[in-house]
Amino acid sequence: MSTRLAKQGRLIDRSKQVTFTFNGTTMRGFEGDTLASALLANDQMMMGRSFKYHRPRGVVASGAEEPNALVGLGEGARFEPNQRATTTELFDGLKAASQNHWPNLDFDIGAVNTYLSRFLPAGFYYKMFIHPAPFWKHVYEPIIRRSAGLGKAPDRELVDADTYEHFHVHTDVLVIGGGVAGLQAAKVAASSGARVLLIEQTAHWGGRAPVDGGTIDGLSPDEWVSRTLAELEAMDNVTLRARTMGAGVYDHGYALGYERVADHTPGVPGPRHRLWRIRAKQIVSATGAIERPLSFAGNDVPGVMLAGAMRDYVVNWGVTPGQRVVVATNNDDAYRTAIILKQAGVDVLRILDARKEGGGALADEARGLGIRVDPGKAIAKVKGGKRVKKISICNQDGVGGAREEVEADAVAMSGGWSPVVHMWSHCGGKLIWDRANAHFRPDPDRPPLGADGKGFVVAAGSANGPLALDQVMADADAAGKAAAKAAGFAAKRTKAPEGAAMAENAMEAVWLMPANAEVQLRMKSWLDFQNDVKVSDVQLAAREGYESVEHTKRYTTLGMATDQGKLSNINGLAILADALNADIPQVGTTTFRPPYTPISMGAIGGEARGEVFQPVRKTPIYDWSNANGADWEPVGQWRRPFAYVRPGESVHDAVNREVKNTRENLGLLDASTLGKLIVKGPDAGKFLDMLYTNMMSTLKPGKCRYGLMCSENGFLIDDGVVARIDEDTFLCHTTTGGAERIHGHMEEWLQTEWWDWKVYVANVTEQYAQIAVVGPKARKVLEKLNAKAGGGMDLSAEALPFMEWRDGRIGEFDARAYRISFSGELSYEIAVPASQGLAFWEALVDAGKEFGVMPYGTETLHILRAEKGFIMIGDETDGTVIPQDLGLGWAISKKKDDYLGKRAQERSHMADRDRWKLVGLETVDGSVLPDGAYAVGEGVNANGQRNMIGRVTSTYYSANLGRGIAMGLIQHGPDRMGEIVEFPGTDGKTYKAKIVDPVFYDKEGAKQNV
Amino acid sequence: MSKPVSALMGAAYDGIVRVEECGLQGMITLRGDLASKPVAAAATGATGQDMPGQRRANVAGQSGLCWMSPDELLVLVPHAEVGDKLAAMTKALGNAHSLAVDVSDARAMFRVSGANAREVMAKLAPVDFAPGAFGPGDFRRSRLAQVAGAFWMEEDGSFRIICFRSVADYVFKLLKVAAQPGSAVGVF
Amino acid sequence: MLILHCPYCGVDADETELAAGGEAHLKRFGPGSSDDELHGYLFTRENPKGVHLERWRHASGCGKWFHAARCTATLEVFGTYKAQVSGPPQEIRDAISAKRPGWSWREFS
Repeated sequence: MSTRLAKQGRLIDRSKQVTFTFNGTTMRGFEGDTLASALLANDQMMMGRSFKYHRPRGVVASGAEEPNALVGLGEGARFEPNQRATTTELFDGLKAASQNHWPNLDFDIGAVNTYLSRFLPAGFYYKMFIHPAPFWKHVYEPIIRRSAGLGKAPDRELVDADTYEHFHVHTDVLVIGGGVAGLQAAKVAASSGARVLLIEQTAHWGGRAPVDGGTIDGLSPDEWVSRTLAELEAMDNVTLRARTMGAGVYDHGYALGYERVADHTPGVPGPRHRLWRIRAKQIVSATGAIERPLSFAGNDVPGVMLAGAMRDYVVNWGVTPGQRVVVATNNDDAYRTAIILKQAGVDVLRILDARKEGGGALADEARGLGIRVDPGKAIAKVKGGKRVKKISICNQDGVGGAREEVEADAVAMSGGWSPVVHMWSHCGGKLIWDRANAHFRPDPDRPPLGADGKGFVVAAGSANGPLALDQVMADADAAGKAAAKAAGFAAKRTKAPEGAAMAENAMEAVWLMPANAEVQLRMKSWLDFQNDVKVSDVQLAAREGYESVEHTKRYTTLGMATDQGKLSNINGLAILADALNADIPQVGTTTFRPPYTPISMGAIGGEARGEVFQPVRKTPIYDWSNANGADWEPVGQWRRPFAYVRPGESVHDAVNREVKNTRENLGLLDASTLGKLIVKGPDAGKFLDMLYTNMMSTLKPGKCRYGLMCSENGFLIDDGVVARIDEDTFLCHTTTGGAERIHGHMEEWLQTEWWDWKVYVANVTEQYAQIAVVGPKARKVLEKLNAKAGGGMDLSAEALPFMEWRDGRIGEFDARAYRISFSGELSYEIAVPASQGLAFWEALVDAGKEFGVMPYGTETLHILRAEKGFIMIGDETDGTVIPQDLGLGWAISKKKDDYLGKRAQERSHMADRDRWKLVGLETVDGSVLPDGAYAVGEGVNANGQRNMIGRVTSTYYSANLGRGIAMGLIQHGPDRMGEIVEFPGTDGKTYKAKIVDPVFYDKEGAKQNV
Repeated sequence: MSKPVSALMGAAYDGIVRVEECGLQGMITLRGDLASKPVAAAATGATGQDMPGQRRANVAGQSGLCWMSPDELLVLVPHAEVGDKLAAMTKALGNAHSLAVDVSDARAMFRVSGANAREVMAKLAPVDFAPGAFGPGDFRRSRLAQVAGAFWMEEDGSFRIICFRSVADYVFKLLKVAAQPGSAVGVF
Repeated sequence: MLILHCPYCGVDADETELAAGGEAHLKRFGPGSSDDELHGYLFTRENPKGVHLERWRHASGCGKWFHAARCTATLEVFGTYKAQVSGPPQEIRDAISAKRPGWSWREFS
């Protein structure tokens, strides 16, 4: 059984007991425990089931690389699946539940898959579910989806109770990893004066060294870590951050740090996670090394663990995973585990050393403690279901015969150590194969390159290859100095600390145990624990022709689990290389991609959730509209009232009411969102002549002109009314969505093409609240305001004719009034400073009561303009429409040599007589045409579909006309007036509409010219 | 005349910093050759402040000059004086090719003050806010999460932020999230 | 996530402050140009693996357009320069030559 030891446990505080539950059972641990160590202390070795075969799985590691011990944490609005028990700090009240089983962890129906495993080899899904094709959608996919996936998704009805944030930070040197290498690198880099940020993914500093022993400068690793930490904390130019993982390294020294601020203190005010968006001149990757499992039959049985992890549980948390332990290894390091277990009073039955020559000084020490050491031996098979029961032992160089069995309850395995090269590799750092240690390590000659073309990542300590403490400290010291220098600082010439550890014999690569294991053993030798990929699967992939490691990964799912192959990668590709008869470096590794371990979606989103998920732009009238029934419509980031709905009314009712009232009485539209750009300078007229298809330079001050803008490709991009303010100054109105875009468009041409033209542009869109006062009684309400408060602006038809503007006072407001109309009614668009916009609006509402004033929304705006045949950018245009298509030839100057888009509009296709042209459409029965419906003509196209001859671009119910009206682009449309065209709807009906003039209402324009 | 109001009418929030909307602030966009005499005369005359260097703000109270780009200044004057100041500037600019325009109401202004002000800013803008990198009088145009913003640091270590009026509510809510209790980073 | 130096406001700008603007130094062809010239101007673009000249705008910053000389394969930046030129200035060409001897891009080398 696994249990708490009486002594040891450098990270736990035995005076502080913590209560938690696992699958509803109450358990106890100590402050400082991880969930994994606490579960082990409660003899809960089995922590989950595997993905494919639902095999019982126990914890195999002690840190971020853990593939098995994934649990659902918390509940309700704080539930989160797939959390690693090994990286979950225990806290009082923690609730955890195991995953991937039904009905429960001990008895699981899905485990039947393990008996079917020989029918479920690599690529099974690809091979099986191809035929018959219709089965995929209706049979296979639903079944697979139900059984696939790890953990449970959080309840969709609940909103995450926590908050998250980003934090931008710049540093000269970022050190990722707070082990002894990271601490040393940070210290020497900081002593150069460089700003240093040191981040560590766990809650503790020092990494493995305090567990693994040895001395640094004569001190124990723990003492050295404390001393160095104190030194770093005393330096102003150093920032230390625990619980912050280096998640990814990106171009130009960008790195992400994932801080788990409050995972261990849920409910405490403040963000749960913080994503550090780091810009570093140099990055030191001091991420240590990860131990590799050995591939033997039954290496996934709960109780089989990495030797280093088992050592961690004893030393860090005072927990032993078993009472009778067998150690299997190909290197000296695992002897440390045997020694520590033995010293803790645990029975170490055997050390099976795959090497014929066995170990060095550590082996001697183990023997001295009375531990039996068997060189050249291997595990043939681990027996047991939910727990290790028996170990059968064989020779490493055989097929697994001539076995001897011992009863044991835990196995510590070590296949050697692989540097964590993720931070080196994320941004393109290359690796070399280190034959002596059988691992890939960073190639110092091919680092990831920064903006200056030089390397910006330096690997330090065991992340760089060295595993022995003396080499680690020297390497880290050099890395810190190199990083400081590359960041532009001169590191002090200090001596590297001296690490001392026991000498070790060379390791020996062991990819399969025993070396020539027969197929029955290989079929139970796991490579990827979470995804259930076995040695035999990779060999099958190789036999089936998968030569690329990337293809094999996807075919077998090796390394595709949430641990992303941290344990399985090297073993898997070694098996593949062997099967392909190739060298390991030839086969290569799969690509290392960020994040290092999964990070929360909340952290990625940061503050952008709830009310600030995205910006909502509001006009000064927003609150008034909100309080007066506005049914909001997003227009870009703006919110505009679609209609002002009164109690008891439907939105449709409201629109019909607003449409009629505006034509008959008085309507108010909040038009503040329309873009307003000031264009000023001696060359302003020349500039606008290039931007608009019309001639703007001839416009007289005081007057307005409607203009069209095209891209260089000839297509319409925006429209609006231009007012000439004075000789040098124009005010250009843009569409609501166009203000920033057209401002940018103007700046682009001024800065990058006509930089010698004297023109300045300013965006004054939001300086003004602009209100359209529309309808037969528009003048009356304004004159009433003037009469009441002494405004002096003469708003008569003579003083302010159509398409002119004036500055002055209306009522008590400084205003600019434009006699322009997008409705065909008598209309004034009046701009007042935004700070007085609401007051002006309220004054109009108040004064307008006697005239039947009603505010109206965007839908009424649309209907009114459609009744008049006015186009709308985005409805009649879609990026492929030129002004000539819309009957707007009158707005294209024939006198100008040039304007943006002119040359493109001369292309043969643009001048083609067959282009679809704007017409009005009237349904035969008065109904409303479906929006976007296509008109069909004679014959079929190459695909057998009806030929299309046009489409609906705008379609509305007109309450004024009592029928549906529409505009559309129809081939030869203007030449086909009176013809009936068919529009098949998606509802199966075919709509018939007559081609008519697009102006449906007041064709003479009498109403706007009063 | 009707009483003008700012976007959020002085809304305030106290978290790990104090966030307050500053109310009405006169602002004039001045574009022109910043090295030319008329432009400098118009700018300094309106504010009593020296011409700012690149990415600097010379501000005292409600009057000041902020460097927006090589050909643009933001001229801060009291809101009630914008009309007179603009007229005086236009006069000073004479025939020099330039543009001076009132943008007071197109913007909102916030103050972020308190010991954690740098950190709150660093949560929202991709800018180095470390004491050695950003100090009093330093001015930046950048983004605040998803919208454009400009800000500078004052002598007392507080920040003033300018954003568009339409997103004043968004920026205020952003600042509230960034300033929520328990969210001090402890770096600056 | 690039960092590009804005030659106007002097900021080493984070990519999130910038907007990419495509290929640099296009020559505009307007009325009077041939179909081929217009086609080249509107649609034909370089797609090099290596030295590239491109346009960027410091959109969430000072608002100015500038040029960047950059390696598309390694993302090394040889230099940034102002927009008001029709080709890379000599110091930029020299900077590229120092790192990528024998480079050429359109008519420039």
